Parts: sequence; structure tokens; C-alpha cells
Amino acid sequence: MAKYLLLKHYRGAPAPVNDVPMEQWTPEELSAHVQYMQDFAARLEGTGEFVDGQALSPEGTFVRYDGEGRPPVTDGPFAETKDLIAGWIVIDVETYERALELAGELSAAPGAGGKPIHEWLEVRPFLTVLPTITE
Amino acid sequence: MDEALLRTLTPTVLGILVRRGADFAGAEDAVQEALVEAVRVWPDDPPKDPKAWLVTVAWRKFLDAARADVSRRHREVRVEREPIPGPGEAADDTLWLYFLCAHPSLTPASAVALTLRAVGGLTTRQIARAYLVPEATMAQRISRAKRTVSGVRFNQPGDVATVLRVLYLVFNEGYGGDVDLAAEAIRLTRHLVALTDEPEVAGLLALMLLHHARRASRTGPGGRLVPLGEQDRSRWDTGLIAEGVTILQAALARDRLGEYQAQAAIAALHADARSASETDWVQIVEWYDELLLLTGSPVVRLNRAVAVGEADGPQAGLAALAEVSPDLPRYAAVRAYLLERAGDLEHAAELYAEASRAATSVPERDHLIREAARVRQLLRP
Repeated sequence: MAKYLLLKHYRGAPAPVNDVPMEQWTPEELSAHVQYMQDFAARLEGTGEFVDGQALSPEGTFVRYDGEGRPPVTDGPFAETKDLIAGWIVIDVETYERALELAGELSAAPGAGGKPIHEWLEVRPFLTVLPTITE
Repeated sequence: MDEALLRTLTPTVLGILVRRGADFAGAEDAVQEALVEAVRVWPDDPPKDPKAWLVTVAWRKFLDAARADVSRRHREVRVEREPIPGPGEAADDTLWLYFLCAHPSLTPASAVALTLRAVGGLTTRQIARAYLVPEATMAQRISRAKRTVSGVRFNQPGDVATVLRVLYLVFNEGYGGDVDLAAEAIRLTRHLVALTDEPEVAGLLALMLLHHARRASRTGPGGRLVPLGEQDRSRWDTGLIAEGVTILQAALARDRLGEYQAQAAIAALHADARSASETDWVQIVEWYDELLLLTGSPVVRLNRAVAVGEADGPQAGLAALAEVSPDLPRYAAVRAYLLERAGDLEHAAELYAEASRAATSVPERDHLIREAARVRQLLRP
């Protein structure tokens, strides 16, 4: 098995096909979308492939060390930040093809007009632990 | 509380329940419940006959569940009326269980999980933690696996190669948690050796022992990867090496070579060398040739190129590497190593860096970055 991160972006990914911002959806469309995401996670749990799923607030701050005895420097939030992560799902699947298949399903979540959003999701493999036998 | 004893009894008790007519999935649940009960009760009230205790408790749990299930469906207790035929009495119950849990209808990960639970007696929580997934996910994986194999009946022994692949995976790709999966794989393989008469089973056990013997020396401070050539050989476990070599020799003497015996032979030649420079690379290349004939595996071809580089010099190694597809993981790392030995430091440094970006594990990535940095330093005037 291999773990993959399915990464959802607020910004930074190419534009989806059904590109209507969420705040312009009807309440029913929003409910249908949320239901789809919940069903997706439940289905993954049922197949024994679910590891984790979280959503992030769009507001974020950059922080860095500013020298001994000084408080860390903060900066932002940056409205113009190019890449903004909205959330993720971590899956544990048998093959890379299966990871792509699941990302495809997730991208089909319904949006405006009840039609699939076709949003772009980033699929990133986890680094693993080294296998014992390598020679 | 002897947890090791408890886990040794798991497959036996499960086999007895199934022979009495319990379905596999129900029996497996019942045995798990009995194990949990044993952990609770035994410390204060140890049984005289642990096996009989487990059989009695598990059978009662099974009947309770079956009755509850049946009353839900308003039907008679089928198990009492019409026992489901289990495997033949003559067939060893435990061996049958190994085959069932490694059944080809299961995906490798499902077979691993089911084997660890039904044969190894680990709890779902322990298996989940070992493979870094939530317990609910692992529970689903196991219950799906049980459903997949619930209809399987064996009237002849399965292919032992499927079992060996599962045990190899447990040994090789075990992660962590509170269970030592490498030791668990060795325990299960040891048991399988006692149940079967296949040289390849012994070959796999030898392979595991020989690698396990080097475990302490394989990582440095902070989990740093220490390559074979730089390992402190005084930390190798000579007892395990001796055992592995003895088992391997007995298996090889039977003249039915297979891939695990060939891999073990390579591991034994490494274990045999008192220092890296005393390694018998010529013989190792010969074993890689055998392994290549047996498997045709591109990974074997890649590792063979390293061995050729040691036996006949880096140019010969690079020539052997020319027959390997550059798409393979670790190709760049091998090429970097051979180029460095051939004196082409500039390309070696570049390739080490490239290899680090393609690495699939953290220790390997860090090791390759360090190699790139080391070679770059050699290049500075």
C-alpha cells in the first residue's frame, strides 16, 4: 500500500471546468456538495483506504524566527498568495492508478447547477520508510 | 501474561473452531474476542490449559454471536443443525489458515492484514498502528478480506509462493507502532517451516534472519541510513547469521533453487565477509545471475550492476547498467555510485542530487543528499 495526499486548492490550481465561486451556489447545491464529500470519505473508510481528511481556513499567516530572545516575526495574510491550500484527503491505496481514480471521483463533486466541478486536485505520494531488503 | 503464547495459539484455536463448523469470519471474530478476554482475565486467574480455555471461550462467543445473528433473522441455529464442512481433518488447520489468509483473491495489503490478525493474533489496533492508518480503516480492510475468502474451501494445498510473498511483505515493509513486524514475520515464517517441506520456505526464513542480524547496524544516529559497506560489522548478530546460514545450506542441499534461497545466498555472502573489502563479489554476481534466471526482475538487474561494479570494476558495472531501464527507482543512485568510483565526480554529484529527488523514503533521500554534498566537496579546489 502507498499513501497519497489529494490536495485541494482555493487558489493556485488551474481553473475548473464548472468555475462558479461557491458563494454563488444555491443552498441546495452547497448541501449536495457537502454530502458528496462526506459520502466519498465514508466510502473510502468502507474500502479500507481512508487515512485522514481535513479542511483549512483560507486565512493564514507567515511566521519566521527573528533571532535569539526575540518574538517570531509574523507577516500576512497575503491576499495575493498564488498557492492556497483548501484541504486534503489522505488515502492508503494499492496502486498509483487507484489514487488517480479516487482523485478523479473527488474532482467530480457537484457544484453550480448540480454539475461536476471538474476541479484540479494535486496528487502527491508520501515518502515511506525504507524497505529492509534493498541489496 | 504470556502474550507470545497467546498469539502462538491463535491459529490453532481458529482452526479448531472452523473444523467444528464455524464459518471463517465468525470464528475469527470469536477468537479475537477470546484473546481480549484472556488479556483481561489471565493475569489474575491463569488457566491450567490455555489452549482449552481459549477454545471454550471462543466457541461460546461464536455460538452467542451466531444465535444473536440467527434470532435477528428468525431462523434456527444453522451451525448446530448443519455444520459447514471445514478442511479435511488430516490437513493441518494452521497451514490451511496460512493459505486462506494469503489467498490470491486478496490484494497484497488485505492478505497482510488478515495474516497478521488471523495467523499472528495481533489486534486490529496494533495492525492499524503498524501501518499508520486509522483503526476503523484497518477494521474495514480486515472485514472485507474475511468476506472475500469466506467461501473459499481447499481440497488441495494452495501455492505456498503466495504465502511467502505475504510474509516477505510483512518483513520488508513493516513500519512501526508497538509491534515489531520484522520479528513477527520471522515468527510466522519459522512456524511455516515446521508445517511444510518446501526449500523456498526455509530460504525465506534464512533471508529474513540474515537481514535481521544486521538490523542494529543499518541505522545511525537519528535514523540515518548506513549503507552495507560502512556498517559496523561487530554489531551484526552472529547467532542469527549462523542460524540463517545453517538453514540456507540445508535448503540448498535439496537442489530445488528458488528466488528466496538465491537472495538468502547473497545475504549470506555479505554476512560472511569480515570487512566490506573481503566481500566475495564474484560469487555474489553469480548468485545475481541465478536470481535473474529465476525472476527476470529489472530490480535484480539493477542490483547485479552494482555487484558487477565491485567484482570487475566500475566500467564493467556501467556496462551492466546499460542493460537496465533508466526508469527504475534507484537507477540514478546506482549510476552515481558507479560514476564516482570511475572518477567522474561531477556527474556523480549531479546524479546523486537527482536520485535524492526521486527517492521514495526519507532515509534514502537524506542519504543521497549527503552523498551529493560529499562528492561536491571533493570537487572543490
